[in-house]
Amino acid sequence: MKITKETFIKLFRNNLVTVMFVIICAFGIPLSGYSANYLIGEIIVRISRNSFLILSLLIPIMAGMGLNFGMTLGAMAGEIALIFVTDWSVVGIPAMVLACILSVPFSIILGTICGRILNKAKGREMVTSYIIGFFMNGVYQLFVLYAMGPIIPIKNKALVLPRGYGIRNTVNLIGIRRSLDDLIKVRISGVSVPVATFLVIAVACVFIVWFRKTKLGQDMRAVGQDLEVSSAAGIKVENTRVVSIVLSTVLAGFGMVLYLQNMGTLNTYNSHTQIGMFSIAAILVGGASVNKASIPNVFLGVILFHLMFIVSPMAGKNLIGQAQLGEYFRVFVSYGVITLSLVLYEMRKKREANDSAQLLETEQEGYNND
Amino acid sequence: MEKLTMKERYDEFISRFGWPRIIIGMFLLFLFIVAPFVGVSVSTSLSDTINRFGMNCILVLAMVPMIHSGCGLNFGLPLGIIAGLLGATLSLQFEFVGASSFAMAIVFATPFALLFGWGYGKLLNKVKGGEMMIATYVGFSSVAFMCMMWLLLPYSNPTMVWGFEGKGLRTTISTEGYYLHILNDFLAIPIGDHFTFPTGMILFFALLAFLVWAFLHTKKGTAMTAVGSNPIFAKASGINIDKIRILSVMMSTWLGAIGILVYQQSFGFIQLYMGPFFMALPAVSAILIGGASVNKASIPNVIIGTFLFQGILTMTPSVMNSAIQTDMSEVIRIIVSNGMILYALTRKTEATR
Repeated sequence: MKITKETFIKLFRNNLVTVMFVIICAFGIPLSGYSANYLIGEIIVRISRNSFLILSLLIPIMAGMGLNFGMTLGAMAGEIALIFVTDWSVVGIPAMVLACILSVPFSIILGTICGRILNKAKGREMVTSYIIGFFMNGVYQLFVLYAMGPIIPIKNKALVLPRGYGIRNTVNLIGIRRSLDDLIKVRISGVSVPVATFLVIAVACVFIVWFRKTKLGQDMRAVGQDLEVSSAAGIKVENTRVVSIVLSTVLAGFGMVLYLQNMGTLNTYNSHTQIGMFSIAAILVGGASVNKASIPNVFLGVILFHLMFIVSPMAGKNLIGQAQLGEYFRVFVSYGVITLSLVLYEMRKKREANDSAQLLETEQEGYNND
Repeated sequence: MEKLTMKERYDEFISRFGWPRIIIGMFLLFLFIVAPFVGVSVSTSLSDTINRFGMNCILVLAMVPMIHSGCGLNFGLPLGIIAGLLGATLSLQFEFVGASSFAMAIVFATPFALLFGWGYGKLLNKVKGGEMMIATYVGFSSVAFMCMMWLLLPYSNPTMVWGFEGKGLRTTISTEGYYLHILNDFLAIPIGDHFTFPTGMILFFALLAFLVWAFLHTKKGTAMTAVGSNPIFAKASGINIDKIRILSVMMSTWLGAIGILVYQQSFGFIQLYMGPFFMALPAVSAILIGGASVNKASIPNVIIGTFLFQGILTMTPSVMNSAIQTDMSEVIRIIVSNGMILYALTRKTEATR
């Protein structure tokens, strides 16, 4: 009896964030007054739009590098690829494929830089990757705002700022807008389901499951467990870590292409800035932590997080009469979730260290008494 | 003692000063030299630089206590800023004017700063080793939380609330008629037409900087440095590490609160809502440019760093605009400030904490 109670408490403590979100949504949905059909439709759109991006976070977590705030680099690579594709006026599915292929070299370069820097900052990967995101945003702006035009030719006048160089603030992606979503469209009782997009996401999931079983995947898990032990076992630790970040960046690049084909417009200077934060908040809401995450976490996270996102402005309006309040609330919750998860993770780490130290102590005492 | 050759001296100077700092210093010097040739007035630029130095240096000073106690770079500066904003808005709400409004803003801000700092310090003690990431998000969440509060709190001074509804604070509130330029104009010395030395503001900074310096030389202050540089040794010599760390966080938070008030009196506006959101990064990079590292910082670091950083911020737009008719200053600012933080985070010698 006592054991079940303890395991229950442990379960609750380990999933505090998820439980909190279920409660928020349970209050928010009736308050917002949205119909079930509308909500389900919205959630399906959000899953198709965001889950690929969130999947890109899984590999660095596996390699023990924490939440990869540097996934924004991948998003930038995807955006650059999309700008080129739009400039060349390629449309439809070929444009998407081309954009994905084109994003890879950018992702590899950016990912390698990010991975190398993170190798120099072991133990504080997260804050470093977070600053790399900001830093690279500057480089991205330098590239898109100044280099595109004079150095890299852009033919399409609609893309270029009136002054003659640099890309406009918004790029209309009419050529690829919803091209994948509408490829195979099924309507189930008034809710349209973008089957093709879900198939692509499924492929990504299969890839991640398969990847975990490869030699490289196993190496990464070993590196994630213990740097020194895996180094002694002959794994090239630094290399493996760089590869994990590169893979994550490449996946994030694909994810961004998928995300933007759904949105239909690219905010050249803003689209990527929030992506990292929202993706990380979503995976944490789904029950992941800094050192443990799985595919179900991704999908549960997308559903719960975006449910909160959809209902909170309306709930705020109905509750206090100000939609603005609901919008601030969801910003607060997004940041609050990340804070809470990070704090819980650090506390758990400390507790586990204490527990194992105590265990060792009692074992040694027992040994001495013999 | 052996005599150092020129080469060795040179190497030592470089390694002590660090390449990034030298490059940034040279760049600023270059900007000042080029300025007159492209038609930018040096005295105006210098006046702007000193003014912005005065506005920002207390926010940068707020980094020092936490770095000393080993809590890392204070990315949670927005929390202190929020305490300052509460003080500012309360002072305006009770309609204090002139110098008393500034003094009362400090008085009102202090209990909030101490309370927030205490809670924040308690939290950071639970997450030793992961302070910086958590500090960042504590800052962000508190800003977002206060966004809701600014809408809901029952402020009623007509200069602060939205005119139409009569409730909910505005996004920017003018400090005119309250404490605008209260420190800037105190004993200000006009030199020439375009140059005014904001004596009061600099004196106020000097006072606070002296207090921090003096504190770091007291018994408690030495204990703080010990906790930061060698926690095991500190524990062995009977220092209560957690208490000292909380004290340092409270000091940092309070300095952040005072810092934003000084900033506002010069800037002329109180920026609420998302205003404080990205204020930590410039302060962090300023102290790093000044020669601080993740676990070592001094008052000269604050002064040099703020001057260099704000100098570049003031000079690049004007010089660049006049010279090549493009404004790349925003991009340069992003790259320089974040590049500096990255440099500090990746230095091997400090990564072993």
